[in-house]
Amino acid sequence: MAKFITVEQAADLIPDGAVVMFGGFMGCGNAHKIIEVLAQKGTKDLTVISNDAAMMNGPDGSEFYGLAKLVHNKQIKKLIATHVGLNPEVAEQMNNGTMEVTLIPQGSLVEMIRAGGAGLGGVLTPTGLGTIVQDADHVHSVVEIDGRKYLLERPLRADFAVVCGYKIDRAGNIWYKGTTRNFSQMMATAADIVIAEADHVVECGEIEPENVVTSGILVDYVVNGGES
Amino acid sequence: MEKHEIKGFIAARVAKELKDGDVVNLGIGLPTMIPNYLPEDVSVILQSENGIIGTNPNSDDLNPMYVVDAGGQPTAANIGGSFIDSSVSFGLIRGGHVDCTILGALEVDQEGNLANWIIPGKKVPGMGGAMDLVVGAKKVIVAMEHTARGNAKILKKCRLPLTALQCIDMIVTEMGVMEVREEGLTLTEYNPEFTVEQIQEATEAVLIIAPDLKKMI
Repeated sequence: MAKFITVEQAADLIPDGAVVMFGGFMGCGNAHKIIEVLAQKGTKDLTVISNDAAMMNGPDGSEFYGLAKLVHNKQIKKLIATHVGLNPEVAEQMNNGTMEVTLIPQGSLVEMIRAGGAGLGGVLTPTGLGTIVQDADHVHSVVEIDGRKYLLERPLRADFAVVCGYKIDRAGNIWYKGTTRNFSQMMATAADIVIAEADHVVECGEIEPENVVTSGILVDYVVNGGES
Repeated sequence: MEKHEIKGFIAARVAKELKDGDVVNLGIGLPTMIPNYLPEDVSVILQSENGIIGTNPNSDDLNPMYVVDAGGQPTAANIGGSFIDSSVSFGLIRGGHVDCTILGALEVDQEGNLANWIIPGKKVPGMGGAMDLVVGAKKVIVAMEHTARGNAKILKKCRLPLTALQCIDMIVTEMGVMEVREEGLTLTEYNPEFTVEQIQEATEAVLIIAPDLKKMI
C-alpha cells in the first residue's frame, strides 16, 4: 500500500550516488516538485535514467525546466538518455568530463526498462544494428534468429523511479494526463522504490479501475504535489 | 529558386507521397511543414513518438504542461486520437504500424544508409527515436537541402556514424527526387531549374537516371 509522505521526505529517501529513473519527456511529465527539492538539497553523484535532460526553459516560464535543474547544479554524475540536444549544459559537462552520458535509442531504452521490470533477460531489437550503438556496454551481443539479426539489449533497473501522475488515489493508483505517461509507466515497474508525485490526490474509485495506468501495488510512496 | 522557398518546395513534393489515412511520423524542422501542403482530400494521422497518435499542433486547446510533441513543443491530440506510453509507441514504430517517416539528414549515401544523429566531437544531441523510426517505418523519406554550404550530402558512403543501415527509400531535395533501388540511387524526378548534369555535380553518389525521368512537382 502506498504511503503518503511530504515532498521533503521523498527527497530524503534518495541518497547521494543513487540510480534514479525519472519519467518525463523534455520536462513534460517530470515530477517537478520532487526535482525542485532534490535541487535545493543538492543530492549529488546521481545516475539518472531518463529520456532526456529536459529543456532550459519550461512552458510555465521557469528557467531550468524539470531535470535541467539537476543538470545545472551538477548533481548528475552519469546520465542514461536518448536525446540531450535541448539542454546544452549536458554537452558542456560531457565535454569537460564531469558528466558521463550514455545515449540509447528511445525504443530500446524503454524496452530495456520494461524488461527490467518484467523479469525478462533482455530485449532483441533490430534498432542500432550496424551502428556504433552495437558496440556499447548495454548491448550484450548480436543474435541471429531465423536468419534475422538483432541486438540483445540488457535489462535496466534502478534504485528509485520518480514519476508524476495527474491523479493518484489513496491506494496509489495512477492516471497520467496527456503525454505525461511516456516512460513513467514502465519505470514504475523497474525500480526498487517507486515515488509518485500527484498533481491531484483523489479518493479510491475516482479513477475507474479500467483507467488505472500504473497500479498502486507498484507505488511505494506518494507525494501530494499540489492542488488536490 | 530563392533560398527561402526551398523548404516549402521540398515539403510540397514530399506531401505528394502521402496517402489518405497514412500513419506518419515527422522529424523536427522541414518535415513539420509537410501537412500544410496536403491536398484537401488527403488526411493523415500524425504520430508523435513520445506518445500521441493523431497530433494536432494547430489546436486552440494547448496545454504544454501536459501535452507536448517529440520536440517538446505544445500540441494536442485530435478527437479520435489517443495518448500512449513510450513502450507502445515504439512497439507501433518497430512493428511496422507507421506507414511513413520523414526526416532530415546530415549525410545519406547511395546504398540508402543514413547519418543524422551525431557529429563526433562537435554535436552529440543523441538519436532520440530516429534509429527506431528508420528501422521500423514502412517507408523512410529523407527531406533535406541537396547540399550543405556547397558540400555534397548525398555521398558514395556516409562518413559520419550511421543512424541505420540501408534504411532510406526516397530522398527529396530542391534539385530532385531520388529512390534507393537495387541497381543504385536513381534520379526519378528533377527540378527543371537545374540540369541533370548540375544535379550530378552537386551529388557525390553516382546517380542512375531513371528511363522515365520526370519533372518535379
